[in-house]
Amino acid sequence: MSFLEYAPAPESRAILSLRDQYGLFIDGEFVEGRGTPFQTISPASEERIAMISNANPADVDDAVAAARRAYDRTWSKMSGRDRGKYLFRIARLVQERSRELAVAESLDNGKPIKESRDVDVPLVAAWFFYYAGWADKLDHAGLGAGPRAHGVAAQVIPWNFPLLMLSWKIAPALAAGNTVVLKPAETTSLTALIFAEILQQADLPPGVVNIITGAGDTGATLVAHDGVDKVAFTGSTAVGRAIAKQIAGTDKKATLELGGKAANIVFDDAPIDQAIEGIVNGIFFNQGHVCCAGSRLLVQENIHDEVVERLKLRLSTLRLGDPLDKNTDIGAINSKEQLERIRMLSDVGVAEGADRWSVACEIPENGFWYAPTIFTNVQTSSRIAREEIFGPVLSVLTFRTPAEAIAKANNTPYGLSAGIWTDKGSRILAVADKLRAGVVWANTFNRFDPSSPFGGYKESGYGREGGRHGLAAYLTPAPVGQAAISAGRAGAKSVSAGRAAAKPRIEAKDAAKNTRTAPSRSAKAAKKGAAK
Amino acid sequence: MSRLAVPKTYKLYIGGAFPRSESGRTYEVLRADGGFLANVAKASRKDARDAVVAARGAVSGWSGATSYNRGQVLYRIAELLEGRRAQFVAEIEEAEGASRAVASAQVDEAIDRWVWYAGWADKFAQVAGNANPVAGPYFNISVPEPTGVVAIIAPQDSSLVGFVSALAPALVAGNSVVIVASERFPLSAISLAEVLATSDVPGGVVNVLTGSPAEIAPWLASHSDVNALDLVGAGDLDWVSLEIEAADTLKRVLRPEGGADAAAPALGRITAFTETKTVWHTKSLK
Repeated sequence: MSFLEYAPAPESRAILSLRDQYGLFIDGEFVEGRGTPFQTISPASEERIAMISNANPADVDDAVAAARRAYDRTWSKMSGRDRGKYLFRIARLVQERSRELAVAESLDNGKPIKESRDVDVPLVAAWFFYYAGWADKLDHAGLGAGPRAHGVAAQVIPWNFPLLMLSWKIAPALAAGNTVVLKPAETTSLTALIFAEILQQADLPPGVVNIITGAGDTGATLVAHDGVDKVAFTGSTAVGRAIAKQIAGTDKKATLELGGKAANIVFDDAPIDQAIEGIVNGIFFNQGHVCCAGSRLLVQENIHDEVVERLKLRLSTLRLGDPLDKNTDIGAINSKEQLERIRMLSDVGVAEGADRWSVACEIPENGFWYAPTIFTNVQTSSRIAREEIFGPVLSVLTFRTPAEAIAKANNTPYGLSAGIWTDKGSRILAVADKLRAGVVWANTFNRFDPSSPFGGYKESGYGREGGRHGLAAYLTPAPVGQAAISAGRAGAKSVSAGRAAAKPRIEAKDAAKNTRTAPSRSAKAAKKGAAK
Repeated sequence: MSRLAVPKTYKLYIGGAFPRSESGRTYEVLRADGGFLANVAKASRKDARDAVVAARGAVSGWSGATSYNRGQVLYRIAELLEGRRAQFVAEIEEAEGASRAVASAQVDEAIDRWVWYAGWADKFAQVAGNANPVAGPYFNISVPEPTGVVAIIAPQDSSLVGFVSALAPALVAGNSVVIVASERFPLSAISLAEVLATSDVPGGVVNVLTGSPAEIAPWLASHSDVNALDLVGAGDLDWVSLEIEAADTLKRVLRPEGGADAAAPALGRITAFTETKTVWHTKSLK
């Protein structure tokens, strides 16, 4: 890279005070896991950061039991107002320790510090702040008066946005009154464990949030656990499918945020400079480790050559290297395994006849890296146009008419996100209407906000995270008879009017339980219960 | 001498037409008193697949219609049902062995539920959608959109009201439907299909299969072009296996409901077959 020579500007690691080994966070305390501990490494250097505990099935039992106790004794009895106050505390503590969290995230995950510092961690605080305010306003969540929490939520999150995904899961769950057992991804447990320290500082009652670390089998054990009422998973469609099968026939509710293969559609009247930046942000943000990444560029045929040319020029200015360097644009691939998958699919692209172009940049000696790569001349049937690569690899396809763009964009079993670039407002709205995707960005890409629902159509999963919809996913309507909304004229069959606001599910068991939260305990009493 | 009646041949309703089962099979439907009522088409796997193809073909037109238009089209079905009230009452009396009063009440309730759901067509998006106040210069809105093709196992213990209660809400948002009628009481479903065929519901939007739900449901649950599965009437089937099959393509699944309250009118029955789409757009004076 010789375009611009910058002196190294690494963010200091001095702000971290990492432990040499981390336990599981169960019932408000760190305890040693009973599985074989594993090390977490920096993907940029392969250096060991710390030893992480491995939760075995007995540990999962303990965590779920702690969450159940906390739900029964503390959290379900606490007022929404007080639950909200805990969440506000957490939001503030995240802000106070934001630099530390950003450095830890970049170290453990490999993402550039400018992203963890300016995107991930600020959004984490925003997520807790947003849902904090919901905790005492649940009657307005859209499920009628007096909705109830599910109980214990099992949450399994991926490695691409470790702390951000944690906040997407924990904040709405707690606001709605659930307690949580969360399992971070095997390669990125660190910031979740620092977050556990924040929970201690916030004096959150023990057991309300439990964080257990381990590999996929730990997550599977957790999801399958009988003591779990709600499952929230973000990760691959293959695992999401397995979860959907596993919980079939049970009373567990599920939110699944799965894979994607988003189309980013560029029309010939698009503001081209912004579009180029948007394409780059769409697929090279976070090394392309983004489920909603704009990995399929659909560019109108008459501007294809110009767009590709300018893209290559722009990519040549990206700086790949030390994630902790403030000038770094492209960080490390999160794991060796993921790097191998990117390489494999990339080779398949070449074998299937597409043209590969990669930025000619220096690749550091240690760690896992993949230079930003563009494929042109890609067939719609090619695996690089169909499968999620989850890396900095863009497949470029062309179209002539809006109808063709829409058809190609929707030609995927996924349906998580999409992008549209054009100066014509009416075309944006018409195309947005036709795209089968849960999030559509027009003249922008990869924007996230706690008030904005996020989630997919089709095999990208179901349920939404963010906004009122994300809150509702952690609630169930009041038992029949407790909400009074008219369903119109009750006929000879005497339709129960109360069901009008209810989800059409058999809730007999829930109705019998009737564990509706009541504002009966003061914050003081709750805190007493939390004393360590 | 009394006049000799002309009995009706009950067939399937697929893509706006009334074909027999491609398998050539029928099964005997009996009166409540055990007497012969009709030979009804017994749909096969191929019929189910044809119905899904027809439903998929109808998605863009029906989901692309304006909400106001869908509301009017659905309301018109209620109008037509009202006009054929006597026919449905007689059919239910014969099939279920119900008194005239009970049969009439069922038809009234079915018609009223159509009206209730028709009225939601241009309103549910206002209740289920949101304008989102994001922290930046963006217009951001979330709207519910139809899930796509919905396969329904209709309630098995009633002729008309259960069928209507499962069908109408799926149509409100703009989904296309493949619905398997009650095995024991399929006649009203086919008569309703005749109403649909002469209303303004485009062909393929509703496809009605009669036959054995146990035989047909697995094909629908595993079909890759079905987006959602309503098992409301599948309580007597191995519905857990159906849910597991549906998981292969991550279908949205509604579980069986039983009792007099099954498939009661609910906004949740509409929104269950919608997907929330959130659209962001930049704001700028430039």
